[in-house]
Amino acid sequence: MERVTITDTAASLVEKLRSRHGPLMFHQSGGCCDGSSPMCFPLGDFLTGPSDVLLGTVAGCEFWMSASQFAYWSHTHLTVDVVPGRGSGFSVEAPEGLRFLIRSRLFTDAETEELQPVTPG
Amino acid sequence: MVYAQPGTDGAVASYDSQYENFINGDWVAPEAGEYFDNPSPVNGQVFTRVARSQAVDVDKALDAAHAAAPAWGRTSTTARARVLEQIADRMEANLEKLAVLEAWENGKAVRETLAADLPLAVDHFRYFAAAIRTQEGTSSQIDNDTVAYHFHEPLGVVGQIIPWNFPILMAVWKLAPALAAGNCVVLKPAEQTPASILEVVKLIADLLPPGVLNIVNGFGVEAGKPLASSAKIAKIAFTGETTTGRLIMQYASGNIIPVTLELGGKSPNVFFADVLEQDDEFLDKALEGFTMFALNQGEVCTCPSRALIAESIYDEFIERAVDRVSRIKTGNPLDPATMMGAQASNDQLEKILSYLEIGKAEGADLLIGGERRIEPGLEEGYYVQPTVFRGKNDMRIFQEEIFGPVLAVTTFSDEADALNIANQTLYGLGAGVWTRDQGTAYRMGRGIQAGRVWTNCYHLYPAHAAFGGYKQSGIGRENHKMMLDHYQQTKNMLVSYDPKPMGFF
Repeated sequence: MERVTITDTAASLVEKLRSRHGPLMFHQSGGCCDGSSPMCFPLGDFLTGPSDVLLGTVAGCEFWMSASQFAYWSHTHLTVDVVPGRGSGFSVEAPEGLRFLIRSRLFTDAETEELQPVTPG
Repeated sequence: MVYAQPGTDGAVASYDSQYENFINGDWVAPEAGEYFDNPSPVNGQVFTRVARSQAVDVDKALDAAHAAAPAWGRTSTTARARVLEQIADRMEANLEKLAVLEAWENGKAVRETLAADLPLAVDHFRYFAAAIRTQEGTSSQIDNDTVAYHFHEPLGVVGQIIPWNFPILMAVWKLAPALAAGNCVVLKPAEQTPASILEVVKLIADLLPPGVLNIVNGFGVEAGKPLASSAKIAKIAFTGETTTGRLIMQYASGNIIPVTLELGGKSPNVFFADVLEQDDEFLDKALEGFTMFALNQGEVCTCPSRALIAESIYDEFIERAVDRVSRIKTGNPLDPATMMGAQASNDQLEKILSYLEIGKAEGADLLIGGERRIEPGLEEGYYVQPTVFRGKNDMRIFQEEIFGPVLAVTTFSDEADALNIANQTLYGLGAGVWTRDQGTAYRMGRGIQAGRVWTNCYHLYPAHAAFGGYKQSGIGRENHKMMLDHYQQTKNMLVSYDPKPMGFF
């Protein structure tokens, strides 16, 4: 059972961005302003480490989150979507007039039993 | 009276149709000649376009700042303070215009920009004008013939990246101490709100020597990143979220420069049972304090977005509190009677709506609101109903900064339980404590792991009260003279007045 997935529209945007920036990654942000949103960076631009966990891979991109934040998110299934917007931070999609967005739902009991552990950074 | 939309008949102010960068005292077009549209959250319509800068434009601004830095750094504190006072006077004389312009760009209620954002910004320049004139170095007698002198020196050229929730005030929180301390600045406004701060710059441009203040607009990835990672800055200041905060620290590590970061929170607002002991002014104030989650549509880093209520008074307190929330007047942000305006952007609106869904899915009880709000005549604007959920502190709506008018309420059994819940968060920026008992207030205030504990008040931001975070909420303290230290080097001259050799060699 995967923890994170991506909509077709968001996956198409990833493809477009990859042709411009090369391999990409996601890191889920927390905190104010544009926090609680996924940030998309050229792979390796954002250094992950022992304070992070890898939740899975979407559209060829690793999806990371800080371990402390994951403690509160682990019971929810995440979907990377995209909406019109004016993103901030250094996420690469902002100049497109689009913003990646996380949609969440609770895992069912059956799904929870099938979840694989996340990978420490 | 409702203020007219900027640029229309009867309006007190207007925006230009296009904005350039402000570099070396001039308005300079971006090298690539590209611009991005700037929509108003009030009605979703584009009202101006702004320079879309790249690394080359940032570099130009940094070079201008470096050229200006030696002379500005040597300017007397008296002269620098005078410039800051003049900036304050100029802004004050144009306060109503700037308040309307900022409300139109950000979507916030003009009532707040008139009464809070702009008056606080004006006062902030005056505060740091005073602070720099009264700052003293030290001299210490190490022994009879040896003296250690400590001088304050500016860092040189600093970078500042500004958030969109208080486009003018947050810029001023960073600019005033940096300029007072004798630094030159390259500032990048948020791409959601680039224009109102440029209207401030238009007003004050003649007061500063060319190159002392430079504004470069654009997207984070195209302009913010080259600024934060440049070897030409001596410090970077950022307000925003944690992932970008980490990235900025990472870039700073490459250049071994200091950072100050303000990264938000999930602030608890704690109501003890004794608030209900009497039905008086203080109870009324506490109920207002509960409702403060709706200030600035919840787009405040210190939004009191978790209310912790003593379980013995829960039923009566929440009935009165929700009634107070139901009386929040929503509407056109340019109507001075409106208390809560529009969210700052479409993606912000979408994110808040996604959290309303999470809250419902996690089984939180919806006490009021919970939906998008459509304002008649402003159907394309980004509006949300003030919303209150009741749930548990480990739910995601209790742990993540929604940055919208969404309050998560829970109860506590006793003081120890209240403190435990208050501290069960990744963040530590703000907190509120409401009680008639000073002992309770003191113990809670000291026990809560947050940089600011409002005690029997909330959302006051006077200059001279330090503001900054514990835990993942950031590094540094703004809004106080101690911020000068974050923009200064310490020069120690260790002087011997003894003519005799030491005798080592």
